[in-house]
Amino acid sequence: MNEQPYPEVPKLTPEDLAKQKARSKALGLVLGALVILFFIVTIAKLGGNVWNREL
Amino acid sequence: MSLVTDRLYEEAPRPLVSQGTARDFYELLKPRVMQLVIFTALVGMLTAHEPINPIIGFASILAIAIGAGASGCLNMWYDATIDGLMERTSKRPIPSGAIAPGEALAFGMTLSVGSVLFLGLITNWYAAGFLAFTIFFYVVVYTMWLKHWTVQNIVIGGAAGAFPPMIGYMAVTGSVNLETFLQFLIIFIWTPPHFWALALVKSKDYARAGVPMLPVIAGGIETRRQILIYSILLAPVGMAPALFGYTSLVYLAISAVSGGIMIWLAYDLYRKREGDAARKASYRLFGTSILYLFVLFAALLLEEIVPMMIPMLIGRNLI
Repeated sequence: MNEQPYPEVPKLTPEDLAKQKARSKALGLVLGALVILFFIVTIAKLGGNVWNREL
Repeated sequence: MSLVTDRLYEEAPRPLVSQGTARDFYELLKPRVMQLVIFTALVGMLTAHEPINPIIGFASILAIAIGAGASGCLNMWYDATIDGLMERTSKRPIPSGAIAPGEALAFGMTLSVGSVLFLGLITNWYAAGFLAFTIFFYVVVYTMWLKHWTVQNIVIGGAAGAFPPMIGYMAVTGSVNLETFLQFLIIFIWTPPHFWALALVKSKDYARAGVPMLPVIAGGIETRRQILIYSILLAPVGMAPALFGYTSLVYLAISAVSGGIMIWLAYDLYRKREGDAARKASYRLFGTSILYLFVLFAALLLEEIVPMMIPMLIGRNLI
């Protein structure tokens, strides 16, 4: 079977890499904020039940 | 190798990574619309007069705002082609080439599903269902259907922007009441004169894109007449929360004066039909309509907050 070679994929420019880095930072911050939000919301939903349970 | 993979490479003239910045993705959420949604949903939430944990309240508002942002993102994904034809929207992230349509679709869908699930898990599934319906109404009913089909597009489609106070109230109580329905009605009746004032100035844009906005189909005179009719309707609707006894006379006075200003500006626009004066009158009504809605909902917010604050301040001997 003859497989044709793929056309060359354009390489990332320094500008593309800078954008990629900035996006990764923003995504990391959003994910971190979501982790904190989910934790705080869980504690808020549990409320007093955190203490009123059998150990 | 498979045909699909070959095509993927052949049809990729650009690097297979996103070209957008974090700000471009933020712009996809229509941040200015989100501000209105946050504000009105907060008023709806406070209208409930029921205690809600502030953290849950904050997270609920965030979920509603992100749901609204997601619907804005899906709107931009579907309308990317016509956005590129209109001067007002040509710099949006998709027509400007910063973000690929597929990225916007994935982003919008992820945020839609995420915001609905999050709201359901932290409050109740009625509110989550209502948020899901609002996203569906804005994206499918308005963007995909009404906007391209009927001259009444923004009249009916305006309901999507008017639902947030009801969702905010529902997040607290699990139901809706007349007071939040009146808040819905204020935004619903406000939307046509607000949008048509802008559409009058941008009618060539809409005509080029083939969107059947009222000024394109019925002309400037009929649009001005409709704006005046809706503004006359809006004034009593804006006063309705006071007329039904939900607010004080202070709100009644504020809504009466601001409703009168809206009618006056709509009448001014009705009289000025050509040239720079007409253009200025359109922009004046458009800008004032934003201020009108802000003033009304700020007054509603204060009507809820002030009675809550007074006992606290008296208890601390601050007044």
